[in-house]
Amino acid sequence: MSEYIIKNGHVFDPVQGIKGDKKDISIKDGKIVDKVSSSAKVIDARDKTVMAGAVEIHAHIAGPKVNLGRIYRPEDKLFSCTPTHGMERMGGGASIPTTFKTGYEYAKMGYTTAMEAAMPPLFSRHVHEEIRDTPIIDEGAFPVFGNNWFVLEYLKNHEVENTAAYIAWLLRVTKGYAVKVVNPGGTEAWAWGLNCLSVNDPVPYFDITPAEIVRGLIEANEYLGLPHSMHIHPNNLGNPGCYETTLETMKLAEGFKARNTFGREQVLHLTHTQFHSYKGTNWADFESGAKEVTDYVNKNRNITIDTGNVTLDETTTMTADGPFEHHLTGLNHLKWANVDVELETAAGVVPYIYSPNISVCAIQWAIGLEIPLMMKDPMRCYITTDHPNAGPFTRYPRVFKWLMSTKARETQINAFKHKDKVLSQTSIGSIDREISLYELAQMTRAGPAKSLGLSAMCGGLKPGMDADVAVYNFNPDKPVANPDDIETAFSRCAAVFKSGVQVVQNGEIIGTGHKRTLWVNAKVNDNPQVMRDIAEKFVKYYSMTQNNYEALGKTFVPNPYALEVDATHA
Amino acid sequence: METVTITMKNVPALYLEADNISPDAFAGKTAAQIAELSVHEGNTTSTLGNYFEVIGNAGATAAETKIVVKGDVKKVKYLGFKMTAGELVIEGNADLYVGAWMTGGKILAKGNIEAFAATAMKGGELIVEGNAGNYLGAAYRGDWRGMSGGKILVKGNAGSDIGMFMTGGEIVVNGNVDVHAMTHAEGGRLVVKGNANSKVGGQMVDGEIIIFGTIDTMMPGFKPVDKVELEVDGVKAKFSHFIGDMGERHKKKKGQTIYANLYVKA
Repeated sequence: MSEYIIKNGHVFDPVQGIKGDKKDISIKDGKIVDKVSSSAKVIDARDKTVMAGAVEIHAHIAGPKVNLGRIYRPEDKLFSCTPTHGMERMGGGASIPTTFKTGYEYAKMGYTTAMEAAMPPLFSRHVHEEIRDTPIIDEGAFPVFGNNWFVLEYLKNHEVENTAAYIAWLLRVTKGYAVKVVNPGGTEAWAWGLNCLSVNDPVPYFDITPAEIVRGLIEANEYLGLPHSMHIHPNNLGNPGCYETTLETMKLAEGFKARNTFGREQVLHLTHTQFHSYKGTNWADFESGAKEVTDYVNKNRNITIDTGNVTLDETTTMTADGPFEHHLTGLNHLKWANVDVELETAAGVVPYIYSPNISVCAIQWAIGLEIPLMMKDPMRCYITTDHPNAGPFTRYPRVFKWLMSTKARETQINAFKHKDKVLSQTSIGSIDREISLYELAQMTRAGPAKSLGLSAMCGGLKPGMDADVAVYNFNPDKPVANPDDIETAFSRCAAVFKSGVQVVQNGEIIGTGHKRTLWVNAKVNDNPQVMRDIAEKFVKYYSMTQNNYEALGKTFVPNPYALEVDATHA
Repeated sequence: METVTITMKNVPALYLEADNISPDAFAGKTAAQIAELSVHEGNTTSTLGNYFEVIGNAGATAAETKIVVKGDVKKVKYLGFKMTAGELVIEGNADLYVGAWMTGGKILAKGNIEAFAATAMKGGELIVEGNAGNYLGAAYRGDWRGMSGGKILVKGNAGSDIGMFMTGGEIVVNGNVDVHAMTHAEGGRLVVKGNANSKVGGQMVDGEIIIFGTIDTMMPGFKPVDKVELEVDGVKAKFSHFIGDMGERHKKKKGQTIYANLYVKA
């Protein structure tokens, strides 16, 4: 493999505590190294910003619900197609881009790792086929567990060991990465036409509460010592007053300590926090609960969060929170798709327009920015748009601009039709913090990598780590003349390396790298009871046989990378 | 106003996608520059000049540009695509998407036009002297935003699904219309001087339909309320008034539920 040296760039690397110093980054055989030979290819990064490849902790980029969005929204592709260009295949879609466009767009922005946030286990083959067809970026997928019949039945009797054995089995057969929970119990309740809006609402038939599911899954996750923690989209998403449910959910993690060998410190990751930080009793007195939520997170080190920034675009919402999507179509009257995934989960899809002329959307925009600006530790707060729910991931550079420039925020606030309402219902107008490049690297690289248990592999530029490197046309020594320059610089990298292969040059794709599927192989003690339960459920309830369930082989996971976990207990 | 006349000289074997034939794309260009604009035939990108003879220079802006399209263009799509101002005259018959996404200006089609004309039209005027095809003034596939403004006049007949998801503007058809007129509409107005086929106004939330002839089969979701006298296009007549679609959601304004109104000449 070839050698590279990225010379004279301003390096920002929280892993090594480098804050913009001029440093050379050497790459050899796919890894960051201390030095390379004189024949190494030189990349001139003078007056440029150098960071590790960014890590996406939560996005919906592969699988049946993403594809359903693509199928039922031809209008999303209408004026957003990109023809074949250089070595890029044609792509299309604005809020739900095709797999190829997804890979290219992430890479061009300097992202080299991304996590698909909700994999329905029954459709893991479909998820992996799309991951396979998404070029360049390393990807993992989180199977959903919060409404799974096995989990509900085991945790009803607090059988943590059985739950853990089931999780280990499911991660292995679906090539999954982490334990995802969406509206615990609520999506299952939706099959009865009900929902769980608090952590104490019982799930019909199963007679278990969301609180028991969440605590049980944290216990099982730590019993296994998985790389990532339980990753939760709590109950009561998107409703005024939901911040109380969010606080109750986070309190369930009290007393738990992370137990793993991957350097992870949290036991609960709260996702798209913006959607869970609403105060008020209805859409008229709707206001921000960002302070209450971030106050709690700031005090409790066993929690990490991501933001879920609203980008003020027309987009496509999609979630395993089936009842929420039904609720949403009732609000905006746009087309609604819904599916029930047998014993496991459900999903819904509804298009949504975050209009700057609607006060609720503008307040959501403000809350999404308040959260990272109120977080004291950028290593525990990661920037996402919950793509495509709060906006397409292609808008990250715009979110960075808003976070890094009060002037950019003021410009946007002044452009809102209901500016006064935004200022009275949130505190966005009084926050003058501007996220630094170092903090940005924490929020988009080192932080999410650590939370995912990947800190030894990516998110930093320490020798020995994977050579995922992004070079931006951004000179940190020069004052920003126009905040839009931030957006421009972070939209298209000067150069990107993925595992030591250059994949982007001057914003154009020049290589497709060495794409891998990350998954977690947890070894547990033999558990005949769980294996029997699985076999029985397939015979009795599943519409497919157990033999057809597994995502395996070259067709589905052609280039796997397993994180090995020894969870055998003496 | 400067006039550019383009005349078909090499009729395409396949269909020609000519989204550059609009006053906006022509504005500020000479005849030679216009001939260099791109068109697509199948998967091949070519120039306008390969198919059309171009005579005359365009005005400085779209508003100062008039285009006259001559010859056989019945296999040419997207005439007047996204136009914002100016004029376009089509002397013969044209294919799909005439005036699609137009926001202003005026199109006069002297012959017949095919389906999807004035898709998601926001403003301007489209006059068709012949017949119009299906999905006139409708939303794009999958979209919920049909024609929202402007005016369409069809002197002949129009096809099915016209005004689907319409939210504003006016369509007048002097002849007959086929099934599914104004499905899902949430505003706007359709006047049919002839007859309408069945399923008129299905799932219609708001808006107005006036039929001078007959409706083949009335939708069950429309409820007769009274008889009214209306003056439409200078003609006074008595109409049976229906509201609907009763099976659909409806907005409330000042405590009053808003229904779509359907008037059929008594």
